[in-house]
Amino acid sequence: MRKTFSDANAALEGVTFDGMTVMSGGFGLCGIPENLIKALRDTGVQGITAISNNAGVDGFGLGLLLETRQIRKMISSYVGENKEFERQYLAGELELEFNPQGTLAERIRAGGAGIPAFFTATGVGTLVAEGKEVRDFGGRDYVMETGLKADLSLVKAWKADEEGNLVFRKTARNFNPMMATAGKVCVAEVEEIVPTGSLDPDGIHTPGIYVDRLVQATFEKRIEQRTVRQREPA
Amino acid sequence: MPRTRDQLAERAAKELRDGFYVNLGIGIPTLVANYIPADIEVTLQSENGMLGMGPFPYDDEVDPDLVNAGKQTITELKKTSFFSSADSFAMIRGGHIALSILGAMEVAENGDIANWMIPGKMVKGMGGAMDLVAGVERVVVVMEHANKAGQSKVLKRCSLPLTGTGVVDLIITDLATFEVKADGSGLVLTELADEVTLQDVAAKTEAVYEVALERAAA
Repeated sequence: MRKTFSDANAALEGVTFDGMTVMSGGFGLCGIPENLIKALRDTGVQGITAISNNAGVDGFGLGLLLETRQIRKMISSYVGENKEFERQYLAGELELEFNPQGTLAERIRAGGAGIPAFFTATGVGTLVAEGKEVRDFGGRDYVMETGLKADLSLVKAWKADEEGNLVFRKTARNFNPMMATAGKVCVAEVEEIVPTGSLDPDGIHTPGIYVDRLVQATFEKRIEQRTVRQREPA
Repeated sequence: MPRTRDQLAERAAKELRDGFYVNLGIGIPTLVANYIPADIEVTLQSENGMLGMGPFPYDDEVDPDLVNAGKQTITELKKTSFFSSADSFAMIRGGHIALSILGAMEVAENGDIANWMIPGKMVKGMGGAMDLVAGVERVVVVMEHANKAGQSKVLKRCSLPLTGTGVVDLIITDLATFEVKADGSGLVLTELADEVTLQDVAAKTEAVYEVALERAAA
């Protein structure tokens, strides 16, 4: 079965519907599936529940889907960089569920690994634990968190082979590997698709079994906080 | 005189030990990296998936795929490794990180910390803070002693929604340093900043604390 598609729009054909849950990889703007997000916008799908660590910025990343009001609910750990997000949230137009970042990562990992729930000490005694089961293990309290799955996961990797084996680059890995496992359908966009056999099997981060569709794309890779140091004068 | 931001970072750096894996929060804690003593080696963890964080890049080294948890561009070192967010928080939750240095809005004498939410204001989210305070072996808070209105941030009980309960081990403020007793039964004032008096601290501290000064100034 051929996994490669000609472009991001083609890669989303037939896998989107109103009211769907979508996972989108990335940390801030680092490692986000920027082309697939644009393609998802172009499908016109409404009422999306988006699971993503952050909500993009105005005009880029998931910010594009907020502008068009296609997102109904977000499950995130930090959303501080987006004015349109803030406006819609304060106006009651957007539902928001905050998860601690590690809990969010583990919920997605668990979802993809067939684990319906787990216990963590994170958030015990805080708002996060309200209404959830708390249990004592070895004298310490832990709160139960449930696994997360999605109808569609959109991930960004550095390289793929034609089998869908993925390799990520530096901190652009972040949430992408777990999200690839937790979507009923996973679409990956990559900087380069290489012939099968040219990636080192020991160096593959996400095995191709998790990846249904692949697209090679070009990336803007916007930087949120460009921070540099000055060279000492010679 | 109250400690400056850099003096706070310099003081917090004294909590580092050779061989420590450390997570530094955003703001003043990030500055701690500038004051790592030359005779020890510490490895900085960034919760977005990196161990062995290097300095900020030169202008021609900037790489959009290489950022820290504050989304700032950063560099790698020879010892650097990269991993997923799930692996990163397994490291944190699993107790493999020795020390976390982070900021706070409020800290209480029982070791509670609040640093993510002010009801009625736009909430940006807790990010990794709840995982860090729950999972890291030793939690050091670096913050201003009082807020802009002059109200104490070192309290009997936190008034803001909590980030974690009974998790803070050491509080370093611009005026003083407090240890939180291991059993959570209260604070011990162990240091005063230069030219700051016990009376100055008492006037700006709501929490009850014992005094056991280790040295006259720090």
